[in-house]
Amino acid sequence: MTREWQLVVGLEVHAQLLTRSKIFCGCPTTFGGEPNTHVCPVCLGMPGVLPALNRQVVEFAVRTGLALGCAIQEKSVFARKNYFYPDLPKGYQVSQYELPICVGGGVDLTLDGVERRVRLTRIHMEEDAGKNLHGVAADGSSGVDLNRAGVPLLEIVSEPDIRSIDEAVEYLKSLRAILMFLGVNDGNLEEGSFRCDANVSLMPVGSTVLGTRCELKNMNSFRFLRQAIEFEVRRQSEILEGGGRVVQETRLFDPQRGETRSMRSKEEAHDYRYFPEPDLPPVRVPAAWIEEVRRSLPELPRARAARYQRDLSLSAYDAGLLTADRETAEFFDASVRARGGGAESAKRIANLLTGEVARLANDAGAGTSRGKLTPEALAGVVRLTEAGTLGGPGIRQVLEELFRQGGDPAVVVASRGLAQVSDESAVEGACDAVLTAFPGEVERFRAGESKLLGFLVGQVMKGMKGKGNPAVVNAMLKRKLGA
Amino acid sequence: MSAPALLDRSITDLAGALSRREVSSEEVTRAALARIEATDERLHAFLRVVPERAIASARGSDARRARGEVRSPLDGIPIGLKDIFLTKGVETTCGSRILAGFVPPFDATVVERLETSGAVVMGKLNMDEFAMGSSNENSAFGPCRNPWDLERTPGGSSGGSAASVAARQVFGALGTDTGGSIRQPASLCGVVGLKPTYGRVSRYGVVAFASSLDQVGPIARTVTDAAAMLGVIAGHDPRDQTSSLLPVPDYRAGIEEGARGLRIGVPREWLQGGSEAGVERRVREALAAYEAMGATLVDVELPHSRYGVAAYYLVAPAEASSNLARYDGVRFGLRAPARSLADMYGETRDQGFGAEPKRRIMLGTYALSAGYYDAYYLRAQKVRTLVRRDFDRAFERCDLVAGPVSPTVAFRLGEKVDDPLQMYLADVFTISCNLAALPGLSVPAGLHPESRLPVGLQLVGRPFDEATLLRAARALEREMGPSPAPEAIG
Ligand SMILES: [Zn+2]
Repeated sequence: MTREWQLVVGLEVHAQLLTRSKIFCGCPTTFGGEPNTHVCPVCLGMPGVLPALNRQVVEFAVRTGLALGCAIQEKSVFARKNYFYPDLPKGYQVSQYELPICVGGGVDLTLDGVERRVRLTRIHMEEDAGKNLHGVAADGSSGVDLNRAGVPLLEIVSEPDIRSIDEAVEYLKSLRAILMFLGVNDGNLEEGSFRCDANVSLMPVGSTVLGTRCELKNMNSFRFLRQAIEFEVRRQSEILEGGGRVVQETRLFDPQRGETRSMRSKEEAHDYRYFPEPDLPPVRVPAAWIEEVRRSLPELPRARAARYQRDLSLSAYDAGLLTADRETAEFFDASVRARGGGAESAKRIANLLTGEVARLANDAGAGTSRGKLTPEALAGVVRLTEAGTLGGPGIRQVLEELFRQGGDPAVVVASRGLAQVSDESAVEGACDAVLTAFPGEVERFRAGESKLLGFLVGQVMKGMKGKGNPAVVNAMLKRKLGA
Repeated sequence: MSAPALLDRSITDLAGALSRREVSSEEVTRAALARIEATDERLHAFLRVVPERAIASARGSDARRARGEVRSPLDGIPIGLKDIFLTKGVETTCGSRILAGFVPPFDATVVERLETSGAVVMGKLNMDEFAMGSSNENSAFGPCRNPWDLERTPGGSSGGSAASVAARQVFGALGTDTGGSIRQPASLCGVVGLKPTYGRVSRYGVVAFASSLDQVGPIARTVTDAAAMLGVIAGHDPRDQTSSLLPVPDYRAGIEEGARGLRIGVPREWLQGGSEAGVERRVREALAAYEAMGATLVDVELPHSRYGVAAYYLVAPAEASSNLARYDGVRFGLRAPARSLADMYGETRDQGFGAEPKRRIMLGTYALSAGYYDAYYLRAQKVRTLVRRDFDRAFERCDLVAGPVSPTVAFRLGEKVDDPLQMYLADVFTISCNLAALPGLSVPAGLHPESRLPVGLQLVGRPFDEATLLRAARALEREMGPSPAPEAIG
């Protein structure tokens, strides 16, 4: 980014909805499957078929619109977007055009401690297309898989409010988290259930007149989005600095080369010949239904993170980690409830969840799941820790056991002998043994080499097979050494 | 040879004979099959006859009747289907080469309802390609002829349906009506044709031409038969979200109540010399007959109906251009071999579509194009609203509107084939009713004084008031006596 040019980005997100069946027929929406096995006459676009709108799609759109502060339209209209492509069975996509279901709204972000709001233009419902499969047949011909055709999508269009690459990524992450919190989308960029196109342009710093934009496609990770915009900024600024003009076009990102390349120019752009879909009556969303959906909305990531900081004194960083996905946030809330302690306990739970438990899940490839660990069990671990029964290494072992096998932490601690030894006489015996075994070190410590205390503590812990309560061991040694 | 007396009966009569066991459904069905065999080489009403399926359902009907079970007034009665209705396991072409060989995996809702009610499906009837036409000459498989004069057209697009019913091959048939495609051929073949209110009958499994105008309806030899058929096919279908939730009345219940007390609106615009003299004369006589029966004639105005044809020929092709996009050679029907994808699309569609669908795809694509949408499609939709308002205003003063169906009697094959505009004007009286989503019916009003060809009277009613149309049509039918059978077909 040179000093003279201001980056301007608007993002269009296509999010597949987690409905059980497709938007206009009863076929399953499950990902994968042998090609053309999740299909029926309707999603194959056979002659004579008609769409029957899945009510859950509308509900999910309303849910999303409410969560993003949009105005839900009492009446919205489906429209046909006409173009020829083999993966588009009817020769048109049923979408919404002039009258989308949600208008306005926005996504709030915090970037480097600064609050920002990226406004939304609209959200509309539409059907997904199928997929062309190249080189699958023995004779090298291409095939079409229509399993995905008719899977419901929400298209979420932002205003060109984004001014940096970090902001673009943050917007996308926040939006993704919200959709996942709402349970309407699985947030999977690689499988394409959460897709993003970026409208990118540059304008002179200080200007308010937007430059000519290019639409970038095919970025299926946050990293690729970053790369694509970076490349585009370089490309466009070189053109502009050389006195040229950016041509409005659609550009495809090539992940192998980290470049975008022209796909079609504005002149080649389709004339989609939109018109209202005559096979579907206008979608009516009565006010009472909107209220019903509003009441069922979960607490969203930002509100939750704010609550964690305010009520539980967590850091912004921890609050962010805990609200990155709904499962983690719900697990955290449930654990805090089960522990019933104050901010101190909550902080301990947060540390375990984002530290040890996250590591276990990561090692097991379990994603955001917590294996067989329950919030009650995690709360139990914290309770045992606070009572002095469990210490560092013991905690790790108990959590590992609970993650793999489940169960009651107290029982695991007892049966595996993981309890910390805080008993003064047991600790004293172990200390005496070490003081006898290392007379030289004891002399040097007394002569002023105070860092040798750590060595001696370590030896005591080793003698106690790691089960000594570190605080008790420390205090005992100091007392005996007269420190 | 002329049709045996058995085939001359109405559905209602035949249902009585079947219930009295004077005749079996299998005998009737075999007689109809023989009639088709004997006449269809000349008539060409059928694109496909399904004798095995027909005999099997006739036997099923007879077996049920033997157990005392009768499913509907159509149980055991031979019925024909325009080839626009999807029939499971039976090729469905919609009169187009592009669908040649297409065997649907399911039945249209109306086919399902007919068969569930015991009707015997005889086969698939000829039609203008994709229901685009008023003469049946746009059929990719050769035109159907008019049983009154084999050198003339039966009308269209449901020409095969009307001709087959008139020629006593079947007792009733289903057609579709987008701009007059049931009423006009019914009028030209001297039978009864009813286009119900938009939304009254499910369109699921009906190959789409213009989705906001298409409607399924019956063609039969008597008004009561048409009422019986409508009763079977009408009603909400969850697979068609434009189908109405309104309950379906018993259309035969008040059908004999006569015309007394009815207020019949006569649109000035429809009787201003736009029709040939013989047609207008029969229409005026029918109106006079209504007056004599105790109905009141009311002058009404439909000032926007003159924009109807223009609006229709924007809306219908626009929707058609989109509806016909799925015939791309990728998934079903014809696929022309080609080197590239674009060539495959082009070749398939060039070889598969006839001239009329191509013309309408181009018209419609143009009307929807960026920069033209507002001037054409949107404006045409506004005309629809105005046409509907005209009718709403008229219905404040009358119970139904009456006038001609077609400005002419059946015309000669080839007469208008090179003049699409003249062909489009054949729909001038029927189109308003589709634009306004209202029910419309064609009932025989006698023969043209010189040509001795049938003339139909059109009745248009309030939304979902098919019952009043049927009652009024039945009154005229009773007054005129039974319509004669066409002689040309023998
Ligand atoms: Zn399906």
